[in-house]
Amino acid sequence: MCLAIPGKVIEIRGSRALLEFGGTRREVSIELMPDIGVGEYGIVHAGFVLERLNEEDAGEMLAALEKMEALDALDG
Amino acid sequence: MRWMDEFAREELAKGLIDRIHRLAQRLGRPITIMEVCGTHTVALFRHGVRAALPKNLRMISGPGCPVCVTPNEEIDTAIEMALKPDVILVTFGDMVRVPGSRKSLADARIEGADIRVVYSPLEALDIARANPERQIVFLGVGFETTAPTIGATINQAASEELANFSVFSAHKLVPPAMRALVLSGEVGVDGFMLPGHVCTVIGARPFEFLADEFGIPGMVTGFQPLDLLQGIAMLLDQIANDRHRIEIEYTRIVSREGNRQAQAILEKVFTPGDASWRGFGLLPSSGLHLSPTYSQFDAKRRIEVKIPPPVEHRGCRCDAVIRGALEPEECRLFRKVCTPEYPIGPCMVSSEGTCAAHFKYGEAQHPHPIEPPLEVKP
Repeated sequence: MCLAIPGKVIEIRGSRALLEFGGTRREVSIELMPDIGVGEYGIVHAGFVLERLNEEDAGEMLAALEKMEALDALDG
Repeated sequence: MRWMDEFAREELAKGLIDRIHRLAQRLGRPITIMEVCGTHTVALFRHGVRAALPKNLRMISGPGCPVCVTPNEEIDTAIEMALKPDVILVTFGDMVRVPGSRKSLADARIEGADIRVVYSPLEALDIARANPERQIVFLGVGFETTAPTIGATINQAASEELANFSVFSAHKLVPPAMRALVLSGEVGVDGFMLPGHVCTVIGARPFEFLADEFGIPGMVTGFQPLDLLQGIAMLLDQIANDRHRIEIEYTRIVSREGNRQAQAILEKVFTPGDASWRGFGLLPSSGLHLSPTYSQFDAKRRIEVKIPPPVEHRGCRCDAVIRGALEPEECRLFRKVCTPEYPIGPCMVSSEGTCAAHFKYGEAQHPHPIEPPLEVKP
């Protein structure tokens, strides 16, 4: 339940932001990380950005998540 | 850890596994590390880390699955609330199938209860706005990672003066449960793998008592294969050198202080109070109640329900599994009566429950080598 996934901030709309998660976009709240900016990466839990992280680390996390998805597909 | 190519990743994994084996050999005695977080439990199995560990190193799961530690009393109360005709109960997906004393939310739904599953608590506000004639109750389950998102949602409801929204706060705080676990002396633990995303919010500091008062080292660890291996290696390094500190492996996200903004929301909306845990019973200051300023959003005040005395599931040992005192395989119901399809206790229901993880990935049942990330090519 404490899973959090990284996304890239595309646009900021007040206390909300549009984030991109490996191809899909979703609006999330930035109320818990209000100073995050466009182009930065954040990890998202339950629709809220919990913390920022740098691009390299986000790439690393996304690569691992893609693998997990591939594994889930194998698990059926 | 940097973004690296596949080869570098594999080399690093191999090096860490070697280091873990060397340190375990040097220690030369049985070592027990408890991973506190349910997300870690699953990741350790899924990435094949458990299978790669030395024989004298045992990983046990702790009280880190929010759904699992929610006692029947709270589940029963939520079900009664949901069965009220004017109520829409909103919660996270994990909660729906968890059996209470007599039924689950899923059973209540068959009886006609309006129960909706959301990804974010903010969606509950959309439901409240769209249904002004109904009472929207959000069943808030989760640790410090999740509680700020629900706190911010309550704050938003307050600023909109939403009159038909309230929260049943069943949130739990991890450090008090860890204290209870260590004080009981029931399980001997040489080191703790600490929950990475709980610490994203509260920082590493609230866990320092483990090292300072009890001399047990801890490592705030991330969730990817290399994080897990590095976290274990760093913990073994402390144990082998008789050091005990709370260190952070997951530095790309976690700091000593945590997310101040999230902490401010918690302080504003909630007040720590006694909470009842499956596996521990009542623990002082281990839960989050709504603070007086926000009491109009407290579902326990708003929606009056009476529940019959809670009853435990016969033969279910989730209580001991949650404390790390029993392996799922040692429960008589495990895999025979209790399966993910027909779960008896919450540890088999939640995808992050210890029993569900052992059922899905347990070595004996999955003899095939697990997962590419750690497969080290010759």
